[in-house]
Amino acid sequence: MNLIIKMLVTLSIIGILSGGLLSQIASWAAPHIAHHRAEATKEAIFTVQPKAKNYIKIESAEIEAYKVVDADSNSIGYALVYEGSGFQGKIRLMVGLNDDLKTVNGLSILEQVETPGLGTKIVEDASNKEDSFWFPNQFKDAEYDPELVSVKGAEASKPNEIQAITGATISSKAVVLILNEGIEKLREMKNGGTL
Amino acid sequence: MSKKVTLSREFIKGLWDQNPVFKQVLGMCPTLAVTVSAENGIAMALATTFVLVFSSVIISMIRKLIPTQVRIASYILIIATFVTIVDLVMKAKFPELSQSLGPFIPLIVVNCLILGRQEAFSSKNGVLRSVMDSLGMGTGFLITLFILGGIREIFGSGTLLGITVMPSFYEPWVVMILPAGAFLVLGLLMGFANVYIERKKRLERIDYLSRLKSIEPVTSGQEAA
Repeated sequence: MNLIIKMLVTLSIIGILSGGLLSQIASWAAPHIAHHRAEATKEAIFTVQPKAKNYIKIESAEIEAYKVVDADSNSIGYALVYEGSGFQGKIRLMVGLNDDLKTVNGLSILEQVETPGLGTKIVEDASNKEDSFWFPNQFKDAEYDPELVSVKGAEASKPNEIQAITGATISSKAVVLILNEGIEKLREMKNGGTL
Repeated sequence: MSKKVTLSREFIKGLWDQNPVFKQVLGMCPTLAVTVSAENGIAMALATTFVLVFSSVIISMIRKLIPTQVRIASYILIIATFVTIVDLVMKAKFPELSQSLGPFIPLIVVNCLILGRQEAFSSKNGVLRSVMDSLGMGTGFLITLFILGGIREIFGSGTLLGITVMPSFYEPWVVMILPAGAFLVLGLLMGFANVYIERKKRLERIDYLSRLKSIEPVTSGQEAA
């Protein structure tokens, strides 16, 4: 009996001490972590909307979306965060769109766990010495009309075509599919008046 | 004076004689998973060393107060506390590093290297000695992870610590930064380590036998095989 009490007391004391210490550290770290998150979002928004000066989170939207304005507070469109399945895990990306939700202003991959050296070329392709960001850059000025399509082998010739990466077709296709789904959802919300 | 020598021994044994990866084969999960680059290897080893040292201090301090029946539970609680501290501090101060190490920081909790050293060493020795032991093990882990990450980075990306070291015509071996590359490099390194150990042992035995021969030549015959 004595032993049981001793075991209980020991574990309780250790638990209480570690809980107390951790809550202290967590409350110190929380603002720093929130700050980094906000910084990362800000950087991504300015990448996908090069003319952006400021942005507001759209609270009424059920997905993460931002209204983006230029230096004179004129609306220049939206920035949408959307995610979907890639080759081996989630791909989370941000896309910048014009007000009409038709022209894409830019794309930034926020999170991905694609195959290193193959699927990761959707972020940066080191084998292309001239423009290692050629894949995400293709989305600049692409037209979502009727939707984006990925083409294999040939160069993209129409404004809604995106050339897939050789050796990373599935990852390239996944990005296009995620984009189509996200933009479609944003359109529905705009038509429904929640944007 | 003699005590000082043994204290440094506690440190040095972790570097090679009891190297956590090559000799004890502990902590394989982070060893294989995060060593895609030398930088990741260093960060992982530093995080592990931090947890190892601080848990050792606490555990060797309170080792006589913990009932043996709940010692493992207590160790895990203490280790988990320090791991969470590392995780939070990293997220707050080094967000990029924290993202590249991803889920492997919280997994230090179950790294058998840490629990193993607590059970085998800190629970039986004083604070100073335990700190030396943990620092030695941590340094051994650091060196191993740096070598492993360095080799994989050089062949897999053509860089070392982010600096290009391979000529521009070099086509990176993608397999080296894939999980398969981790097994290949670790296997080869362990193989070389074992060859070295075997050779050293054989030389020592020959040396021992020849000395034995000079005293009593008859008994050495059985050892020839």
